[in-house]
Amino acid sequence: MPELTMTVNGKQVTGSVEGRTLLVQFLRDSLALTGTHVGCDTSQCGACVVHVDGKPVKSCTMLALQADGRDVLTIEGLAKGGELHPMQEAFRENHGLQCGFCTPGMVMASVALVQENPDPSEEEVRHGLEGNLCRCTGYQNIVKSILSAAKVMRG
Amino acid sequence: MYDFKFHNPDSLAAALESCSQAEDGQFMAGGQTMIPVMKQRLSMPSDVIDLGSVEDLKGISVADGVVSIGAMTTHALVAADGDVQRAIPVLAALAGGIGDPHVRNRGTLGGSIANNDPAADYPAALLALGANVHTDRRQIAADDFFTGMFETALEEGELAIRVDFPVPKAAGYAKFGNPASRYAMVGVFVSQGSDGVRVAVTGAAPCVFRISEMEKALSNNFSPAAIKDMTVPAADLNNDIHASAEYRAHLIGVMAARAVGDAILREGAA
Repeated sequence: MPELTMTVNGKQVTGSVEGRTLLVQFLRDSLALTGTHVGCDTSQCGACVVHVDGKPVKSCTMLALQADGRDVLTIEGLAKGGELHPMQEAFRENHGLQCGFCTPGMVMASVALVQENPDPSEEEVRHGLEGNLCRCTGYQNIVKSILSAAKVMRG
Repeated sequence: MYDFKFHNPDSLAAALESCSQAEDGQFMAGGQTMIPVMKQRLSMPSDVIDLGSVEDLKGISVADGVVSIGAMTTHALVAADGDVQRAIPVLAALAGGIGDPHVRNRGTLGGSIANNDPAADYPAALLALGANVHTDRRQIAADDFFTGMFETALEEGELAIRVDFPVPKAAGYAKFGNPASRYAMVGVFVSQGSDGVRVAVTGAAPCVFRISEMEKALSNNFSPAAIKDMTVPAADLNNDIHASAEYRAHLIGVMAARAVGDAILREGAA
């Protein structure tokens, strides 16, 4: 089986995978990083969003081998030294989750959104969440969380 | 998904070689359609030749009235590119309206046109702008490139390298997205360039197509009013759970008028 090496949450990891192994399967099954969720497995819901070389992607729609040599950040890599990332903190503070299933993808998508647009309008936030679905339809508080985190992240 | 042999060539020559030697090889661009299709076992190549490391296929340049975009350039990069925004603003806007932000970070121009989904955005842009597709062996005009539903003029093992878009005087795009998928139920791209006005429609039929009556009317008078009462026959349009053929026919008129308005607005802003 093909071998691969990548950086995941700042640590170098190696593994052997099949050609068809998806990035999300490698993260969950080989590395036991189960924070990244598989929701729809059809590129719609965004529960599997991780960052590859700093850009958010759907890890159910990328082969593990396509991430060979790349830098991957998952929800487990956001908190630093036991302190939640401002986006995680804002989701907690604003009750930005109900069942929590979409949350890892929502948070990863939101961090990327604010990195790209540090001062987004509510409309831009809603539009930017186009690739993430919350079946609890808890969008109001998700949007509130992101706007509040953006303020903190701007400093 | 069935397993396959994965190739990760770092040059165009190596990519073409891998594909030609494979029993049933397939190039993979961003994989945003191909991976879902393989999951459904609708496609089961023996070999996948990933193009992600072929730098020759990436990049954007604007010179001598032509915007040239490498086949492996992602939608996100086209949308954010200052040169594209200045030269053909609507092309950047179109790229920024494909899929969602995460899909746009993987999906590419080359993958989109080689797939030729009946509801994809890029085919309408290529056709209306009179773009040229450069492959590893020849140049294909957009008019000859899109040949049918999910079909193109690309031959077995032939690879799109880049697309050259002539910079138009004015161009606009309007799409009516499916409320769930956001794919175009009808999208109309209009351009006014050196070889006249071109109107291309996506989402409405099995393959992107032009409307010569509208092109004629707009050549005389480039305004929404010129095509206000024009109707398109519903006979050849898609009729499915998303919309009836008659509804799509009506939408074409509405979207075409909006696209002309968009073109005029963008030209005024330039």
